Amino acid sequence: MYKYIIRRVLVFIPMLFALTVIVFGLALLAPGDALTGQSLADPNVDPEVYEQQREALGLNDPIPVQYFRWISAAVQGDFGNSMVFNGRSVAELIEARFANTLYLGLFSLAITIIVAIPIGIYSARHPYSLLDYGATGFGFFGLSIPNFFFGLMAIYFLSIKLGWFPAQGTMSTPGLTGWEAFFNRLHHMFLPGITLGLAGTATYMRYMRSEVLDVLGSDYIRTARAKGMSERNVLYKHTLRNALIPIITLMGFEIGVLLSGAVITEQVFQYPGLGTLFLSSVTNRDYPVVMAIAMILGVLILIGNLLADIFYSIVDPRIRYD
Amino acid sequence: MKKHAVLDVAQLKTYFYLNNGQVAKAVDGVSLSISPGETVAIVGESGSGKSITALSIMKLINKPGRIVNGEIALNGKEMQALSEKQMTGIRGNDIAMIFQEPMTALNPVFTIGNQITEILRKHKKMNKKDAQAKAIHLLKTVGIPRAEEIIHEYPHQLSGGMRQRVMIAMAISCDPKLLIADEPTTALDVTIQAQILDLMLEMKEKFHMALLLITHDLGVVSEYADRVLVMYGGQIVEQAKTKELLRHTKHPYTQGLMQSLPKLDEDVDRLGTIKGMVPPAYNFPAGCRFSSRCPFVMDKCKVSNPELTEIDTDHFVRCHLYENAGDES
Repeated sequence: MYKYIIRRVLVFIPMLFALTVIVFGLALLAPGDALTGQSLADPNVDPEVYEQQREALGLNDPIPVQYFRWISAAVQGDFGNSMVFNGRSVAELIEARFANTLYLGLFSLAITIIVAIPIGIYSARHPYSLLDYGATGFGFFGLSIPNFFFGLMAIYFLSIKLGWFPAQGTMSTPGLTGWEAFFNRLHHMFLPGITLGLAGTATYMRYMRSEVLDVLGSDYIRTARAKGMSERNVLYKHTLRNALIPIITLMGFEIGVLLSGAVITEQVFQYPGLGTLFLSSVTNRDYPVVMAIAMILGVLILIGNLLADIFYSIVDPRIRYD
Repeated sequence: MKKHAVLDVAQLKTYFYLNNGQVAKAVDGVSLSISPGETVAIVGESGSGKSITALSIMKLINKPGRIVNGEIALNGKEMQALSEKQMTGIRGNDIAMIFQEPMTALNPVFTIGNQITEILRKHKKMNKKDAQAKAIHLLKTVGIPRAEEIIHEYPHQLSGGMRQRVMIAMAISCDPKLLIADEPTTALDVTIQAQILDLMLEMKEKFHMALLLITHDLGVVSEYADRVLVMYGGQIVEQAKTKELLRHTKHPYTQGLMQSLPKLDEDVDRLGTIKGMVPPAYNFPAGCRFSSRCPFVMDKCKVSNPELTEIDTDHFVRCHLYENAGDES
């Protein structure tokens, strides 16, 4: 099993390298640069000045040179300076927002797991019951409603009309500490969290239902019953472990889905995370920031898949040996 | 006088209530009795209700199926009134079962040891260490080499024959009085089949179990069973001691089965077949259920379903051809 994990980690390295090439290449292929971005493209400025700036920033250097300059700095954690925010360092810009996005992602992942898995199991145990039909209806609703629209509805009803939850931001007063700060954050995260987690919850609920149903009908469950195992043991020992195998694989992808979904959700809730920064950087053609965020998201997705593979091998013995 | 039967099933009816309102009478009035140490075989095609009979005895019928009628007594003790919880104390403990597909019958994510010890811990209340030792002993009993290592391995690391041996080890672990084997060798290589059947017989002798063997293989029956029940359309159509049944085959269906067997001492170009297919359990023909395929069908057969009648000592047949057999002799 350790062999498998080591091998899997080794594969991670070339993938990481490929990721840097793709991120750099895409940024290069995108039209324009920070000097033609919305905020700076002033028609009254002499194009000659822009050209001098480009030369100074190294934007006219050969592509491999630019790539190696970027990558050698990036491996040391230096993603350069933002070209828009008065030259503040990219690392500094991201640092302030990364935690917010991470909290939001974890929060909605937690909601997804806590809600989807028990409901999925219940639905499978009582197929075609009232609650199963209800869950199916919720599943269709959750999958078909666009994220941003649900977010807006949530703001309108739960925040503006009922006033239960704040509509934006991460904290009401910046100076809070300890548990007070924690619950205040949670309160602020609730609406964006459920918005972000809605589609995932619906998906996992359906997956869990069909997986558990599938496993409950399998031969080894019949064997377990024929051995006289209690219904509890059959469900929580024999069924669950098998039903969770495909769910774990999906969870690896879910990290990527959550982070990309966060881009839109954060925008709707004006939540100061990576997503909002990413969008504004794209419109400003602030490529150092865009590349850094794309790199971070890419690495997180790779890590998500790596973790999924490792968990997978722990849960399913058939994976460990090949 | 007959000894107390290990298993007594009377008028068992297991119906499946399908979505479209149809009722599939998978098992329709089956009665059988197994004496201690006896091997009884149930023979029939796919869809004849033999597996459902076995699962009904274990009370393992899932929705939309339901046991609608019948009495099942284990060692004279009625089981119908038992709760699901009481049943879990009987399954695996008093009655054990082996299934057709060893490849899928073991849980892929738990070790062999785990799957054997859990049954010992449940029924015999053994601690982990004792159960482990007993599991190794059981694996050795069923002829598995390197038992000490095998208990730490997973089902996918074993061959089909080995897995079926593990299933047998699990089945005999709590000294059951009755072992039900539902086509235990169908999915195995021919060479392994005989090994597994011999092993089952050996275990049967060693642990004084009764054996209910479900199969569609008359060859297996002739070699291993004391008594045979032939099932068709959810009902028993012929029942006799093995020798008697093979020598004096009465029911046209059983005759059809016999003719479809290759024989070593006869040279035939073509094996016999039974024309048509088993009718679905929700749409049996009126009258005799075999009437749609029977070569000797009479007008009477299409209207009334014959009763199971004793035409000779311990030889029962459900067929209009033999209804007056008693008078003739």
